[in-house]
Amino acid sequence: MNKNQKLANKKKPKRIVIREEYCMGCRLCEVHCLVRHSKTKNIIKAYKGEYPRPIPRIIVEEKGYVSFALQCRHCEDAPCLEACITGAMYRDKKTDAVLCNEKKCVGCWMCIMTCPFGVILRNVEGEKVASKCDLCMGEEIPVCVKYCPNEAIICEEKK
Amino acid sequence: MNYVIIGNSAGGIAAIETIRECDKKGKITVISDEPHFNYSRPLISYLLGKKVTLEAMPYRDKGFYKDNEVKLILNKKATRLDLKQKVVVLTGKQMIHFDKLLIATGGTPIIPEIKGFDLDGVFTFIKMTDVEGIEKYIKANKVKKAVVIGGGLIGLKATEALIELKIKVTIVELADRILSATFDKKASSIIETALEKISCKLIANNTVMEIKGKNKKVKEVILKDKKKIPVDLVIVAIGVRPNIELVKNTPIRINKGIIVDGFMQTNVKDIHAAGDCCEAKDALLNISRPIAIWPVAARQGKIAGYNMAGVKEEYQGSFAMNSVELCGIPTISVGQTELDEKDCQILEHFDQNKSIYKKVILKGNRIVGAIFVGDIERAGIYTGLIKDKVDVTAFKEHLLKEDFGLISLPKEYRKHLVSGEVAVI
Repeated sequence: MNKNQKLANKKKPKRIVIREEYCMGCRLCEVHCLVRHSKTKNIIKAYKGEYPRPIPRIIVEEKGYVSFALQCRHCEDAPCLEACITGAMYRDKKTDAVLCNEKKCVGCWMCIMTCPFGVILRNVEGEKVASKCDLCMGEEIPVCVKYCPNEAIICEEKK
Repeated sequence: MNYVIIGNSAGGIAAIETIRECDKKGKITVISDEPHFNYSRPLISYLLGKKVTLEAMPYRDKGFYKDNEVKLILNKKATRLDLKQKVVVLTGKQMIHFDKLLIATGGTPIIPEIKGFDLDGVFTFIKMTDVEGIEKYIKANKVKKAVVIGGGLIGLKATEALIELKIKVTIVELADRILSATFDKKASSIIETALEKISCKLIANNTVMEIKGKNKKVKEVILKDKKKIPVDLVIVAIGVRPNIELVKNTPIRINKGIIVDGFMQTNVKDIHAAGDCCEAKDALLNISRPIAIWPVAARQGKIAGYNMAGVKEEYQGSFAMNSVELCGIPTISVGQTELDEKDCQILEHFDQNKSIYKKVILKGNRIVGAIFVGDIERAGIYTGLIKDKVDVTAFKEHLLKEDFGLISLPKEYRKHLVSGEVAVI
């Protein structure tokens, strides 16, 4: 473990707050999320040349003048953790994030059935696995927060 | 404090994690009658179908018991409870003393009274040892044809696995269709068509009356209508019932399963129960009954764990729900999926060509059930609406629209959902 990692470990768990009043529906978060979760981390290659094709882990909902982006809430009492039959879904001890070990996931979709936010997605591009927000593990702040031009997605430390 | 847990699956493991979270010092002992250090039972069909390796079967990793300072006793069955002495007696007369006990003994397969059930080549399908037995038998006897008795979830997952192994399967189902307990006719028919496409035969409205063998090995099954089917392997999957053997003839009250209160405690102080062996509140039907599914067992184990460790936590109840992919088609069913009452309304979307079916069942102004076949995207939102008993009058017409999402919900409710840090189903 290097010094930076040690420092990162000491940080308080974060949570993402969404503010629909500020969302413009530009979907930049979606684009950055997809690229961040691609192999190449390159926008053109991610969209045009990768197989399996990466998918965003954030959902943008839009109706009329209202829009907002939504990703896993990393619930304290997360129903997906209990519903997971393989143990693929787990709580990261350092960050408190709810993460999915895609190698262990068999695609039974119990998590999709129990997530009240509907933010766990079926990724069927490669092996069928549950796909969800991982708070951009390793990044200082999640890319959806970083690149939101209007602070409709912000990051705050967990109380 | 001496915690003893009988059972090492969803309920037992959730209890271990919760007890350790609250009590770092207490002694935890787990008793399992299985030889495997832990594994996920719903994965056994994946193991048989070679979609999951033996190494990937564990639900928690190798270090789990050590990290949580748990004493694990494997391959020993709890045979008797001495409630006065607060002792669990194991096979070989070993005695384990407890201050707090959790009974999480799970379910046991229902065995029909069929002549010939004891023949070689007849198996149940709930444990890893069943898979080991089936694999061995298939290899030794070059199995080509199988009959699966029961077209429920377990039967269908077993069928799928056998088909992966290039074995021809005939399903014999007592009801008029498969998955009759959780699906309606339309949903069943989509999966039936898919099974047909992979050459799986379904015989409905029928049952096996006798299994016949040669040299003690299964050779043929005889159906109710006297029809005979030649067969090399039979899997009995007609359901499970609570495994309550241990508490029979004790003062612990039982009905179908072990009866518990809102804190997962039995009528005997310091003895709790969780998972498929017990019956607790069905929040939808407002009755007490066993709901033998993984998420419920995990939830109950967690609640039991809290209360055993002295943290008062009440069980809010659960309801039936299932998610399973069959023949590559994802399916989810939640709550009451078939209801024929006065104040009921059914919303439906059915696209036969795409094998997509969605149905929402409303009672009064709230959702009480839902079925999704082929398209399960964001199904959990509906589960949440059922659980929270949300009045859906204001957005009813949006419920089955393609763009249905949190945006369709009233702003106040949406904000409450999104800002909340706790979500429990």
